[in-house]
Amino acid sequence: MKADTNLRPELFERAEKDNKNADKIKRPTIKYWPDVWRRLNHNKLAMLGLVLIILMGIMSFLGTEISGYTYFEQNLSMRNIDPGSEFWFGSDELGRDMFTRVWYGARYSLAIGIIAAFIDFLIGVLYGGIAGIASRRVDSIMMRVAEVIYSIPYLLIVILLSVVLSREGGGTSMFVLILAMSLTGWVPMAILVRGQVLQLKESEYSLASESLGATKGWILKKHIFPNTLGPILVNVTLTIPRAIFAEATLGFLGLGLQAPKSSLGTLANDGLAGLAVGNAYQIIIPAILISLIMFSFNVLGDGLRDALDPRLRK
Amino acid sequence: MSKYLLKRLVLSVVTVWAVITITFALMHSIPGDPFKSESKMPPQVYQNLLSQYGLDKPVTEQYVIYLGNLLQGDLGASMKSRVETVNDMVERGFPVSAQLGAQALLIAIVFGPALGSLAALYQNKFPDYLSMIIAIIGISVPSFIMGTVLIQFVARNVGFFPIGGWGTWQHSLLPSFALALMPLATMARLMRSSMLEVLGQDYIKTAKSKGIKKSAVILKHAVRNAILPVISILGTTISNLLVGSFVIEKIFGIPGLGRFFVQSISNRDYTLIMGTTIFYAIILIIMLFIVDVAYMFIDPRIKLVKEGR
Repeated sequence: MKADTNLRPELFERAEKDNKNADKIKRPTIKYWPDVWRRLNHNKLAMLGLVLIILMGIMSFLGTEISGYTYFEQNLSMRNIDPGSEFWFGSDELGRDMFTRVWYGARYSLAIGIIAAFIDFLIGVLYGGIAGIASRRVDSIMMRVAEVIYSIPYLLIVILLSVVLSREGGGTSMFVLILAMSLTGWVPMAILVRGQVLQLKESEYSLASESLGATKGWILKKHIFPNTLGPILVNVTLTIPRAIFAEATLGFLGLGLQAPKSSLGTLANDGLAGLAVGNAYQIIIPAILISLIMFSFNVLGDGLRDALDPRLRK
Repeated sequence: MSKYLLKRLVLSVVTVWAVITITFALMHSIPGDPFKSESKMPPQVYQNLLSQYGLDKPVTEQYVIYLGNLLQGDLGASMKSRVETVNDMVERGFPVSAQLGAQALLIAIVFGPALGSLAALYQNKFPDYLSMIIAIIGISVPSFIMGTVLIQFVARNVGFFPIGGWGTWQHSLLPSFALALMPLATMARLMRSSMLEVLGQDYIKTAKSKGIKKSAVILKHAVRNAILPVISILGTTISNLLVGSFVIEKIFGIPGLGRFFVQSISNRDYTLIMGTTIFYAIILIIMLFIVDVAYMFIDPRIKLVKEGR
């Protein structure tokens, strides 16, 4: 069939010229945080991490209740029993149920990680924020102090503090562990916040706001604070695994909670003795759980970083 | 540039001093003294012990004496081992730890950036996925777990690798690898993202359009620029290797300084803890300084960034 090349006027339709609605936005605007959430949702690995964190969080409370054993109950006639129907994750050297102990330990490890990260966040934001908005001289002094603390290896000082703060033979309490981690752990956060604040303070929109007569407090509240939130969130997510890792290492070096209490690190340390006599499950199960926690928080943090980065926006 | 060097040097010295002071203050804030636990001791012996270690003097005087001794390279005596001083233990343990650390660092530096580059060059293809799986495992699995897994599944089954101990080069392979995995993974991830960024730059296109061989473009233009962020984390990496060595030496039964340190913790041998901590801190701060200075020479842009703040 031949195409109709005869252009008649009735083939045309008059386009509606509407000056009133021309600048109307047709699609709904997506706000910043829902957009971040949407992009995070597309990141399968990060979502897997988030789901695992929630699951492990629930199990760390539920898991100690459902096996019918307590974390401290010793049953000397049932020592070192392999995982099975009696003990789901086996029993340890003193006949304690590993399933309950592992989830109990996970609760402690997660709690220590989250609380330590929260304290680091509080101190870091406060210190970094003050340094960022203070005068040049105050800022310079505050940052030199932070740099000196930062140059001291983190775990070395945590080990040292745990040794000093814990009583001999009494184990290291959760409070001491968190205190030891927080005393130096806030520095990266402070450096990050200070850098962000300085950068945002010099930004064009802060200048515009200032020239329109906005007060310093208003700029801080309206421009600087919301824009630092993203990097801070990423940093907190990545501080949690660092703290959990530090706790696990301390526990493994014998500076953990005192038995019968347990954290994943002390369980791995106990399991090392079990490994020598062929009970590999005693170390493998806590090991898998530590690795899963580290994995989840790390991929979630990475996913958040990507989701918050406007350059990666599609 | 020399101004920056000087500033960096001063900061390093201040940090060393801060570590010494903090460590000293912490160790002396512990209530009681190290000989209290041996309560069956006659008072005369007790007094002699105190004066032998200088503990009968006021704390400020002890501090000055300690600083003076440190300046002469004397890290103090061990409280539990009456034969060996801290210096003896450092002399015995440090070469072992240093070898372990250097091997691990070498493994990480060779394979980390290589894996990262491979991942970036084959983005979203098999090599990328493989490298990133290795990287995620490396970041998620703490070295003490990696060490145990290697002993359990590799050393127990392959006769080539001894299960523990130190001596021949076979002894050092598994622990070096276990120690290297985490920094290797960090470097691989960093290298991948940095390489991806570099590969999108205009000068890569220019180089390609000039007709340079692909391998030369990658090696001379891409890798050379992409490796800079990896070098900048070398300081942190060395610091992580050091702490990692405590754990690895414990698992593999390696007679290094890390194991002495761990033993001194469980023995509550305060002078040994103090001496080794200070020794570690000094080594690390020197390393950080070297890395920083080296970085300044490698990347001329850093000078501007550092002075601009």
